[in-house]
Amino acid sequence: MSSLQFDIAHLLAGSLVLASFMMLYQDRLYALLNVYVLHAGVLALSVGWQAYVQQAPHLYITALIALVFKAIIIPVALHRIIKRLGIHREIENVIGIGLTMMAGIGLVALSMVVMLRVTPGADALAREDLAFALSVVLLGLLIMVTRRNAVSQVVGFMSLENGLVLAATGAKGMPLVVEISVAFSVLIAFIVIGIFLFRIRERFDSVDVQALDRFRGERR
Amino acid sequence: MIAVALWSVAALLALAPAGIVLSTRPRGSIILYGGCLIATSTLCVTALSGLLFFPHLAPSATLPIGLPWLGAHFRLDALSAFFLVVVNLGGTAASLFALGYFRHEDSPGRVLPFYPAYLAAMNVVVLANDAFSFLVAWEFMSLTSWAMVVSHHREAENVRAGYIYLLMASFGTLALLLAFGLLASGAGYDFDAIRASHPSAALSGVVVILVLLGAGSKAGLVPLHAWLPLAHPAAPSHVSALMSGVMTKVAVYGFVRIVFDLVPEPVWWWSMMVLLVGGPTATLGVLYALMQRDIKRVLAYSTIENIGIIFTGLGLALAFKAEGLDWVAALAFTAAMLHVFNHALFKSLLFFGAGAVLGATGERDMEKLGGLIHRMPKTAFAMLVGCVAISALPPFNGFVSEWLTFQAILLSPQLPSWGLKLVIPAVGGLLALAAAFAAACFVKLYGISFLGRPRSDVAASAHETDRFSLTAMFALAAFCLIAGILPGLFIDALAPVSKDMVGNIMPHQVGLQWLTIVPIAESRSSYNGLLVFLFAALCGTTAATAIHRLASDRLRRAPAWDCGYPDADPAIQYSASSFSQPIRRVFGSVIFGAREIGEMPPPSSPLPARLQVELHDLIWDGLYAPIAKAIGFATDRINILQFFSIRRYLTLVFVALVVLLLVVAL
Repeated sequence: MSSLQFDIAHLLAGSLVLASFMMLYQDRLYALLNVYVLHAGVLALSVGWQAYVQQAPHLYITALIALVFKAIIIPVALHRIIKRLGIHREIENVIGIGLTMMAGIGLVALSMVVMLRVTPGADALAREDLAFALSVVLLGLLIMVTRRNAVSQVVGFMSLENGLVLAATGAKGMPLVVEISVAFSVLIAFIVIGIFLFRIRERFDSVDVQALDRFRGERR
Repeated sequence: MIAVALWSVAALLALAPAGIVLSTRPRGSIILYGGCLIATSTLCVTALSGLLFFPHLAPSATLPIGLPWLGAHFRLDALSAFFLVVVNLGGTAASLFALGYFRHEDSPGRVLPFYPAYLAAMNVVVLANDAFSFLVAWEFMSLTSWAMVVSHHREAENVRAGYIYLLMASFGTLALLLAFGLLASGAGYDFDAIRASHPSAALSGVVVILVLLGAGSKAGLVPLHAWLPLAHPAAPSHVSALMSGVMTKVAVYGFVRIVFDLVPEPVWWWSMMVLLVGGPTATLGVLYALMQRDIKRVLAYSTIENIGIIFTGLGLALAFKAEGLDWVAALAFTAAMLHVFNHALFKSLLFFGAGAVLGATGERDMEKLGGLIHRMPKTAFAMLVGCVAISALPPFNGFVSEWLTFQAILLSPQLPSWGLKLVIPAVGGLLALAAAFAAACFVKLYGISFLGRPRSDVAASAHETDRFSLTAMFALAAFCLIAGILPGLFIDALAPVSKDMVGNIMPHQVGLQWLTIVPIAESRSSYNGLLVFLFAALCGTTAATAIHRLASDRLRRAPAWDCGYPDADPAIQYSASSFSQPIRRVFGSVIFGAREIGEMPPPSSPLPARLQVELHDLIWDGLYAPIAKAIGFATDRINILQFFSIRRYLTLVFVALVVLLLVVAL
């Protein structure tokens, strides 16, 4: 692999981490969703580049799935959900942005240390790729943990899944079946969560998960 | 041969679902117990022929069930054959007894599906030749017996018994699971593979401790016995007989199979452990038994005593085997096995008798019985045989096995290790004490329940039990006598078992003059049950004849000496508590924390005088109650985890992940 190809792969994976960071400090739902579109688009580019570099045509299909499902269909659907729920004006931040960003930086550092220590024998691209992918996964989890709104938790979950796809394409030879099944599971999870959102909304007039806690008689 | 055995077990398993259908039919119980009778007697005959005629054949079979890469292995060597005989002799007797007894039970249908499954499970434990089948059958045995313990679940006491039983059974299975896990670490779960592997001494030691916990909790070793006196009496009587007489023996089998067969050469401190548990178990078990008023509970505690005797024998066998004196080890091992057989006989007999009394009077409390020898003479006779046998009086079988155990104890000075030299005589002292208490205990049980005058109306109007129950009891009583007067036959039959397990056998007994048994050498000790029996029978007959012929043979009924109080009330007879009062006063304050509170009103007061006795189970208070309290405290604290919000659960997952990654990174 030439140094330019490696650099571009590196750049795209790094951009994905950057997009994750951008998602971390969005406090409006539409903005979060738009950054997620960017996230998915960068993922599609990154996977496409891997397909080109590895000369693996089936990865093009993966890239296409990422582009169509994650960058178009799901965000559009979420847009409509937000509009129908009427929560597009809501602002949420659970922990201060500064603290969240610090935690995110810590997580990226952690995943670098872990991956570089665990995979000394693997080839350079896979190592870097896995380190970035783990950062994306951890940042996705961080988004889920720090958000209160169910829609933004869904978005966090899907960015987490993007990290998994990145990891899978970085390692050579993952069969297409796995990716298709992962994509479908995400789709189904999305549908299920969407239905649940409306059910929660019907019952509690809110998709703030705190309403569930109040319903269970919890103190915070 | 093993095919016959496995087909019989399959028949028992097939009877279990049939029991669900049969439980609603009027004659269902008869069909089911009849089927169990046929299947268990087939198994018994098969195993007996295997033990007597082909002891070194050890046929094995593998069935394609269970774990896919392992299958289910079965093997019928001498040890399995012997325990199959014990299990199925008990099973046959219990099925025969149940044919008549089920009429006295309310809702007998509840037991029907579980009874054959329970019998099948015990058989599979004994036949299994790999750890997986063994454990599955072991757990199945626990669960089916649990279902029968709670068959009368309307009584709160039974539910509590079932709960504690379930907890202890799980604990025991866990210990066995860990033991097999350690054993299988180098070999796999097949017993043949485990036998061929050579685990290190430290690992074997841990395995022995775990097995002592696992099998010991099932057998009822102190202090793991707490469930036994609760669960055994709670079940219907024929099931109590199986649980006490047979299931505890299956636990002994598990111990012997692992410690004598699967684990390599023993080390002396293993035997020290077993002895230090066995001796106190015997004494404490019988002391507890003496304090009870409930017939079935007395019998259950007495089971603990006998398990203590058996484990003492096994501990002696381990000690002598570890020190290379394998001819004494053979003696101790044979004594233990003989006691396994004997205890299965007389404990089943006694539980049947208790069941007959329960069926006739509806009472288990001795203080409400009395005088049953006149109303149930045949049951009373069979019970008398059982009581004499379990009290280890010659010429019955209990004496032989306990005597052989003492013969082994008397050889302990030959051991080189000083620790064992000091411990074994002390354990022997405990056993002697236990034997004396056992006699007192059964004098009390028999005397209070069957002799004297009825203490309640139900006892006064009791009727003799049915023919099936009587047949079962008399068959077992006959076996007790035969095993007592012809012990040589039984010792010789056990030779292949002892050869397999400890590597040596006792001297050949059949063919000695007058059917004497000589455990070591004629110059040292010998016992002749037949002569004792003939002497006792002759003396008794002569004395009876002489008295009746030479004096008066007229039956004369006259008022008993009444201390000057005419019209004596049955309540002024010796009661169960008053009979055991001297022993309670001597031992009770230390072992039971007993306190007697006497309230004597002033001379002119019309209030009655009262004597209150408080007994505490120190083992329960000191061991089980703190554990239960600690678990309760911990679960109260952990309970918070159940009421987190989704986000907090996510945070927990997240933090756990980050911590694990940190562990990897640093």
